[in-house]
Amino acid sequence: MSLDTVAIAQSTPENKQPFAELGLKPDEYARIKEILGRRPTSSELAMYSVMWSEHCSYKSSKVHLKQFGDKAPISDALLVGIGENAGVVDVGQGYAVTFKIESHNHPSFVEPYQGAATGIGGIVRDILTMGARPIAVMDPLRFGPANAPDTRRVLPGIVAGIGGYGNCLGLPNIGGEIVFDETYAGNPLVNALCVGVMKHSDIKLAKAAGAGNLVVLFGAKTGGDGIGGVSVLASETFGAGGSTKRPSVQVGDPFVEKILIECSLEIFAEDLVVGIQDLGGAGLSCATSELASGGSGGMKVALDKVPLRDPSLSPEEILMSESQERMCAIVEPQKLQRFLEICKKWDVTVTAIGEVTDGERLEITWNGEVIVDVPPRTVAHEGPVYNRPLAQPAYIDEVNKQKITLPILNSASDIKAAVLKLAGAPNLADKSWVTSQYDKYVQGNTIQSQPDDSGMVRIDESTHLGVAISTDANANWSYLNPYQGAKLALAEAARNIATAGARPLAVTNCLNFGSPEDPGVMWQFAETVRGLADGCLEMGLPVTGGNVSFYNQTGPVAILPTPVIGVLGVIQDVRTRTPMSFNVAGLDLYLLGDTYEDFAGSEWAFLNGERVGQTPTADLAREIRLIELLLEGHADGLFKAAHDLSQGGLSAGLTEMVLRYFVGATITLGNVGIELLSESPGRVVVAVNAGTSQALSQLATKYSITLSKLGTTGGDSLIINDCIIPLSELRTAHTSTFPTLFG
Amino acid sequence: MRIGVITFPGTLDDRDAARAVNVGGAEAVALWHADADLKKVDAVILPGGFSYGDYLRCGAISRFAPVMKLVIEAAGKGMPVLGICNGFQVLCESHLLPGALTRNSDLHFLCRDQEIEITNNTTAWTTSFAEGERITIPLKNGEGSFQCDDQTLARLENEGRVIARYVGVNPNGSRNLIAGITNERGNVVGLMPHPEHAIDPLTGPSAQGLGFFTSILNAMVK
Repeated sequence: MSLDTVAIAQSTPENKQPFAELGLKPDEYARIKEILGRRPTSSELAMYSVMWSEHCSYKSSKVHLKQFGDKAPISDALLVGIGENAGVVDVGQGYAVTFKIESHNHPSFVEPYQGAATGIGGIVRDILTMGARPIAVMDPLRFGPANAPDTRRVLPGIVAGIGGYGNCLGLPNIGGEIVFDETYAGNPLVNALCVGVMKHSDIKLAKAAGAGNLVVLFGAKTGGDGIGGVSVLASETFGAGGSTKRPSVQVGDPFVEKILIECSLEIFAEDLVVGIQDLGGAGLSCATSELASGGSGGMKVALDKVPLRDPSLSPEEILMSESQERMCAIVEPQKLQRFLEICKKWDVTVTAIGEVTDGERLEITWNGEVIVDVPPRTVAHEGPVYNRPLAQPAYIDEVNKQKITLPILNSASDIKAAVLKLAGAPNLADKSWVTSQYDKYVQGNTIQSQPDDSGMVRIDESTHLGVAISTDANANWSYLNPYQGAKLALAEAARNIATAGARPLAVTNCLNFGSPEDPGVMWQFAETVRGLADGCLEMGLPVTGGNVSFYNQTGPVAILPTPVIGVLGVIQDVRTRTPMSFNVAGLDLYLLGDTYEDFAGSEWAFLNGERVGQTPTADLAREIRLIELLLEGHADGLFKAAHDLSQGGLSAGLTEMVLRYFVGATITLGNVGIELLSESPGRVVVAVNAGTSQALSQLATKYSITLSKLGTTGGDSLIINDCIIPLSELRTAHTSTFPTLFG
Repeated sequence: MRIGVITFPGTLDDRDAARAVNVGGAEAVALWHADADLKKVDAVILPGGFSYGDYLRCGAISRFAPVMKLVIEAAGKGMPVLGICNGFQVLCESHLLPGALTRNSDLHFLCRDQEIEITNNTTAWTTSFAEGERITIPLKNGEGSFQCDDQTLARLENEGRVIARYVGVNPNGSRNLIAGITNERGNVVGLMPHPEHAIDPLTGPSAQGLGFFTSILNAMVK
């Protein structure tokens, strides 16, 4: 194909262009022509198509996401908010923490290992780009039915990819989720969270300021992998031809990324960059246009200077390539020498490919000929915005009005069977088969990891300051009521931070949905965002950023609405954290919170094939009081253990606690069926020294939280009323599910 | 006393090893793979990680790093050298230790708290332990299965050069449950599990790994 230059585009306005094949709608193509006053060159078309894709432009979600800003609570903690590569939160002592979740769903279905691996790589670079040292990762995952043949292909590949990449980067994997549901067959969700830490003064932003400053590309060479990965893979619903798209999935090299991290941190430490951006989705198209758009606006780039792995790549392909492990920095000319020296030390390929100009155009040349000449904001920040039609789907009223009917537990053997069934259910079973493939120890700062309520890492060895993170979603609740589902997921994540004694500070999210072109899905999305924004305002937790993944749909079947909510908290002294379970006998066990007949969306209902009823209504004022109770009790050293109750209710919570250190418990319940299996939100089991119950009771009264005695710790069984379950039997049920399913 | 901790490109546990050295009572000195001198250190640790991405074979490229030439020379003169995980692999590739570490028998990367038994407490790195002492420290690797020919295995066993064995399970298919070995002289030790991640129960399964970093102080006092 001959080179399509701006001059040629001007002289051949009639040339037909494959905009539809690149995913652009006719009106979007018309708008590009209007912006440019001519037809785009093929390179410009490539840039616009990939930057205006759903994945990069958030064109269907933007109008809703605005609420996170409009309803933002007043917070002193937020240093950098939505819009940068990742939000940044002040955690005290001069430290700033940045964290974010992203999805890599579609690539991980096509090519599980590389899809998941590059998902880790991408989010880690986002964190690095803020100037932070990445310190931990987490992975919320969703799969089709655990016993489905394709799950046996997808799950081991995804787990191996997360481990293969994350382990090689030296990042501890400190938690996540694994949930199975048939709607995820064909649409597995691979969400990756990364957290990083820096000093306030080290925060970096994606902007190209200062005419004459250099545009420097460093990291891996550019190859033909992942060309159009964003627009082709992430913005189209799967048809039958999944495997033919395989070459679109990027291939990761964690070794190069590890080198790039260390090299970049050394460059940051010497203050050698004005602005920085990683190359992820949409590659150079994204990095150059976002940097220029974030700065004064003008930039010149000589595309032929980009180092290539495959010399046959066309300029359009170079602009769209999503080759991994690349970064783009804006460097003052007098600092270039030192920049190059550090890259040389780490054997990192580095090339100055352009400079910042005082104009307002992004101009890209190929061997001296101008192939791109655009206002960068129109590419990066002023893409199309759709207010898509939305309508409450018909199923909502249908399922909400149905009454849930579940087997009643009458005898000791019924109780035992239910506890064992939940303990071994794939959604609740022990996940060691997965987490033992991840390095949780590297960096030597991991305080908590799976199966604890939250992941916790120390960020200062001398002051013992630490951060805790939890990600949560209950898609069954969101399916029945997306507004309440989002609020409840937020509350659960915050509670999971507070059980350890950390104070929740900020929120990130990864909103996984079906096709935005379906008004019902769009309604689920809009309700979710409204719920999350309202919830964050009420709980005083700012949203620092996030990610939207649409088109998680096979044919007419969309996934359950799956808003994964991540909450970050801070703990002043990690040595004091409350563990999730007890390792001694003789402690008193109490339940904080109220238990109602909340079976809609519960694991017990799911196991009995029921997805009907009404999602519990989130009482966030009470959630806040519960969190304050947990924090005050922690400060007083009252709790010997604290564990959140969520999926699987008290049954699952007790199972996890007694198996953690293999110390049993004796529990007395009134209405066993409800108290054991209900999933009423806002509940925590705590263990306290016998004799301190009065202090606990005073605390409960102070915060108006219902307190009920459950029993005591000790023995080698879990005893519930007259039902005795030996821990060894419970452990077998809990731990054999994954090895049996996945080998 | 100064203990060098080498960073190869792709090394991950260098900061952890340096922390363990300092907690053990010595001074950690950062050594870079391209260094042309050992900065007057008294001993050297090759930490874990994925040096050079484990490309070709684990440790096969690091073996040729400039600093390794100096380490091999110094080891020949009796300097204590400890290779942990990837460091053990580098020592085998460098022929400072016999045998090789191959893919775990179940083909998965495995991270777990592993009980091991110290079977030789006379090396430069194990004198703080009692013989037969059992400790629990993290094991985390994808290629930790120790393999060697029958003759080498017989020599290692007969000469008491197996310094640690896995207890309870064979986590990776290693011959004779071998978790660590030493050379004839007892100054070079390779260990698959990670004592540097077990120096404080807050961040590891125990503080029982610290013995490796205090043993080296004894070795120097002698």
